[in-house]
Amino acid sequence: MLGNFDFDVIRRALPYLFLEGMRFTLTLTALAAFGGLVFGTLIALMRLSSYKVLGRIAGFYVDFIRSLPLVLVIFWFYFLVPYIGQWVTGASRPITVGAFASSLITFIAFEAAYFSEIMRAGIQSISKGQPAAASALGLTYAQSMRYVVLPQAFRNMLPVLLTQTIVLFQDTSLVYVLSIPDFLGAASKVAQRDGRLVEMYLFAALVYFVISCVASFGVRRLQSRIAIVR
Amino acid sequence: MIEINHVNKWYGPTFQVLKDCTTSVAKGEVVVVCGPSGSGKSTLIKCVNALEPIQGGDIVLDGVKVNDPKTDLPKLRSRVGMVFQHFELFPHLRIIDNLRLAQEKVLGRKSEDATAKGMKLLERVGLKEHAKKFPAELSGGQQQRVAIARALAMDPIAMLFDEPTSALDPEMISEVLDVMVDLAREGMTMMVVTHEMGFANKVADRVIFMDRGEIVEDAKKADFFGTPRSDRAQKFLSKILQH
Repeated sequence: MLGNFDFDVIRRALPYLFLEGMRFTLTLTALAAFGGLVFGTLIALMRLSSYKVLGRIAGFYVDFIRSLPLVLVIFWFYFLVPYIGQWVTGASRPITVGAFASSLITFIAFEAAYFSEIMRAGIQSISKGQPAAASALGLTYAQSMRYVVLPQAFRNMLPVLLTQTIVLFQDTSLVYVLSIPDFLGAASKVAQRDGRLVEMYLFAALVYFVISCVASFGVRRLQSRIAIVR
Repeated sequence: MIEINHVNKWYGPTFQVLKDCTTSVAKGEVVVVCGPSGSGKSTLIKCVNALEPIQGGDIVLDGVKVNDPKTDLPKLRSRVGMVFQHFELFPHLRIIDNLRLAQEKVLGRKSEDATAKGMKLLERVGLKEHAKKFPAELSGGQQQRVAIARALAMDPIAMLFDEPTSALDPEMISEVLDVMVDLAREGMTMMVVTHEMGFANKVADRVIFMDRGEIVEDAKKADFFGTPRSDRAQKFLSKILQH
């Protein structure tokens, strides 16, 4: 049965798949994870803030985002934002938002919601005595967060944050709805062009599987090394 | 130095933890606060540097009203050292960095000055060779001595101790108390919540006894250990001193 397969099509497509497709996928993953972490931390701080209004806004945002299918928002965002932009700026025609920018913003918005829950748990895992000691030394709230609480919360949560990033790496393949040549999109293009669907999709699955597996293994190794001894 | 006037504090709408507490600590004075658990003594000391808010009365620290909303609390707190029951060293920072952090970020000292100051204080508490270690590599007694050094690095005008030896194994208590005794003898203004009556006997000028949120007894050391006026203080002393 395997005799009918042409695995050479994969070899010929490798430069395109990795230099274009995988590069896009990894760039999107890295930027979305970074942006998600920054905004996620801010949202977590809002949720834990003593100002109830901030907490409620952040809580609503997280619930809202988590109640929507990611693929729908990617799609919706890409097609609607130009019109919203037009309406906001008062331009005469829909503003241009590239597929990359649009998908990046969507992923950051989603990851911010997920990361915020992780960071919230991380911050809550720090005993109340730590910020109290920081305050007693004269550190302001912001300094206490920056130098005492967040570094510890981040370290405690790093394995979970990285695991979420691996999920994000797989989720980036959803940009196929915008016909962006990420790794899966590139594989799919070659598959359809050459009529080699089975080979290409098998190969794509294998690549995602191997990368995610190796990364998970790395996270587990890291987990035992970075844990703060108490 | 520290004036506490008619302080009232509630947890929630009904539970009153501090009832009309009035006392003071003069410059250079060592005041020990004791009492059964739940008597509000830790709460009282945490109100002094506004780690806990109060709902009534006044606390004045070196002429600055602590419970005034206009008071710059971080600045005020940086001038008072505090030592906690559970040490609260920052576990992700090395010992020397624990001592440097607030010196640099709050007082704006240069890194090398903060390090020099930190090393001097570590030497003083006998832990100079541990500067590069992380807190978890030290014993409880050593961690508490680092915590005292960390507070002293800010050149505080007064020191607050919140049950500094309660979380320690018995054999480590004396090494911490020794540091505190030295400090007291050098003339540091100190307010100490503790059950260590030996320490109180050695260096305290006054002893305050609290029970159920009230200051029941506020007396010179000799009077307190001689003839406590209240039944409750007598009972407490007899229980704590018979061992």
